[in-house]
Amino acid sequence: MDTESTYSGYSYYSGRSRGSHRHGERSRDHHKSRSKDGSRSEKSVTINAPPAEPLLGDSSVLGEEVQDDNWGETTTAVTGTSEHSLSQEDIVRITKDLEDSVGLDCRRYFTLTLAVVLGLLVFLTPLAFLALPHLLWPDKLLVCGTACEGLFISVAFKLLILLLAVWALFFRAPRAGLPRVFVFRALLAVLVLLFVVSYWLFYGVRILDSQDENYQGIVQYAVSLVDALLFIHYLAIVLLELRQLQPAFSVCVTRSTDGETRHYNLGQLSIQRAALAIIENYYRDFSVHNPALLTASKSRAAKHLAGLKVYNVDGEFPATPATGPGNNAATGVAHSQSRAMIAAAARRRDTSHNELYYEEAEHERRVRKRKARLVVAVEEAFTHIKRMQEEEQKKAPGDVMDPREAAQAIFPSMARSLQKYLRTTRQQHCHSMESIQQHLAFCITNNMTPKAFLESYLTPGPTLQYGRERWLARQWTLVSEASVTSGLKEGAIFLLKCIDFSLVVTAKRIPYIQLSEEFIDPKSHKFVLRLQSETSV
Amino acid sequence: MKGPLSYLQPGRNTKVSDQSETMSFIPGQPVTAVVQRIEIRKLRQGEHLILGFSIGGGIDQDPGQNPFSEDKSDKGIYVTRVTPEGPAEVAGLMMGDKVMQVNGWDMTMVTHDQARKRLTKKNEDVVRLLVTRKSLEQAVKHSMM
Repeated sequence: MDTESTYSGYSYYSGRSRGSHRHGERSRDHHKSRSKDGSRSEKSVTINAPPAEPLLGDSSVLGEEVQDDNWGETTTAVTGTSEHSLSQEDIVRITKDLEDSVGLDCRRYFTLTLAVVLGLLVFLTPLAFLALPHLLWPDKLLVCGTACEGLFISVAFKLLILLLAVWALFFRAPRAGLPRVFVFRALLAVLVLLFVVSYWLFYGVRILDSQDENYQGIVQYAVSLVDALLFIHYLAIVLLELRQLQPAFSVCVTRSTDGETRHYNLGQLSIQRAALAIIENYYRDFSVHNPALLTASKSRAAKHLAGLKVYNVDGEFPATPATGPGNNAATGVAHSQSRAMIAAAARRRDTSHNELYYEEAEHERRVRKRKARLVVAVEEAFTHIKRMQEEEQKKAPGDVMDPREAAQAIFPSMARSLQKYLRTTRQQHCHSMESIQQHLAFCITNNMTPKAFLESYLTPGPTLQYGRERWLARQWTLVSEASVTSGLKEGAIFLLKCIDFSLVVTAKRIPYIQLSEEFIDPKSHKFVLRLQSETSV
Repeated sequence: MKGPLSYLQPGRNTKVSDQSETMSFIPGQPVTAVVQRIEIRKLRQGEHLILGFSIGGGIDQDPGQNPFSEDKSDKGIYVTRVTPEGPAEVAGLMMGDKVMQVNGWDMTMVTHDQARKRLTKKNEDVVRLLVTRKSLEQAVKHSMM
């Protein structure tokens, strides 16, 4: 795939017709996908970033627009040539989404229904324990007075507390869809189920069958059930929330395309949960992936390979790619050819480092020049508008603008220099004209200085700062040799693959720290002058 | 007055060094240096016996302020002043010499006060010093060539 078509695919995001497509745009990911794709490794599974959105629909037919040099000058009635074209990357994405989006809805709904059933069972069991004797053998029951009523109140409040606690812990919007089942949750569900089933068993055999008259005993039995459920909830908090809070591992996350590296401290998590934490931090910490910055090294690499060609002067070609010795000869020839290329490449006087040096220096200069012009233009533009005070608003109601109109009014004077700067730093596909105007209106509303307005354009910000369509990092795949539900270990390595790049994650254990104490008496700080005495003898 | 070179006969009373650094030392290793033996006869002035020079240095002093040492961490005893026409000058002591031994007692690892005491013992009339200076080593080199 040649690089040009890749970037032409991205350029259609920077169109001026964003407004009409913004509400209609849907992104590509779906809930969860278990990809049985044979081209992936054995244990690769997919993590999807929320929220769930349906298939790639109309966004595939966004046209590719030609970059008009003068887009800053015109304000309204903007047109451009649009063609229906798809780059290679988009075709890959579409086919991936088609095969991924089917079938994982049922998994999610299955777990949801299981959880609801379990919850209902848990809550209705104590009430059933209390109500069934009254329904089945009301006349045989011993009347139990104040003790039972006290126990009724305690059951009611404990159930209320349990309800609130379960709501707080479990009824939260799901952050992500993980590939494998969450082991602790499954274990807890099994534990609760076993527990409730065993209580029902005992109740059925000892109380229902024999129709016990001691109602107070039955009520105490129900109270003990609720107590035990509260303790199981405590166990759930400890296992699910508290255990991973203490940092135990330090993970090093490197992006494969440009080498940007960050380190995070994580607790004892399974690999899939650690991957989730890392992705959430990725969106905040890593600067947005900009493929336009990688073209220079690719072209240099191509030049290296194109410089040498191997000619076989002696004419020793292996006749057929036969088995056995024939094959060895062929590979031997290929090996010697590549070694000869390496040796020749090492020996030749390569001046590409020179070009790189001067090119980078020139680029630096150009960027700084454009930045200076941009800063001056923006500062000048900001001086043209002034915030109107409350009293003035009542006095002079002519030519009053709201922030959006004010932004549109001053935008043309800075548009050209801003566009030139973005082109020089190769960020022009990250910002559309409308997003810039929106940002300008936002800065004007909040009384920001020109420098604050420019800050988001001068340095590439984190991925979350940009609109969703610019992320280029929506669908993640976890590639790991160890099982993804196993815990992090010292030296664990796994990959988080996106379509365009991947994050390489290495885990190291945080060392055990042995801290010792030393007491220094404050009175022990004494000093003497350094001497250089001379004695005559 | 005997010149310095006449004392440099290997084997009897000098230690000829084949190292280039004479003044610096490695802790724990024996020190080799080209030395000169100087015998000073003390002069009686009233009730004091004087030698006619001043010393500086010692392991309790600040070695960085020593103007005569090559290695500024050298805490040895150095001759800082020689009174003209005094017994020390007559015997051949020069300013900047490092005193290595006094009457057989080591002077490389002593405090300032200990050095003073070794030099000013009332019952000794003569002190025999072993001193070293940079020019001695150069003289040895020239004489060997």
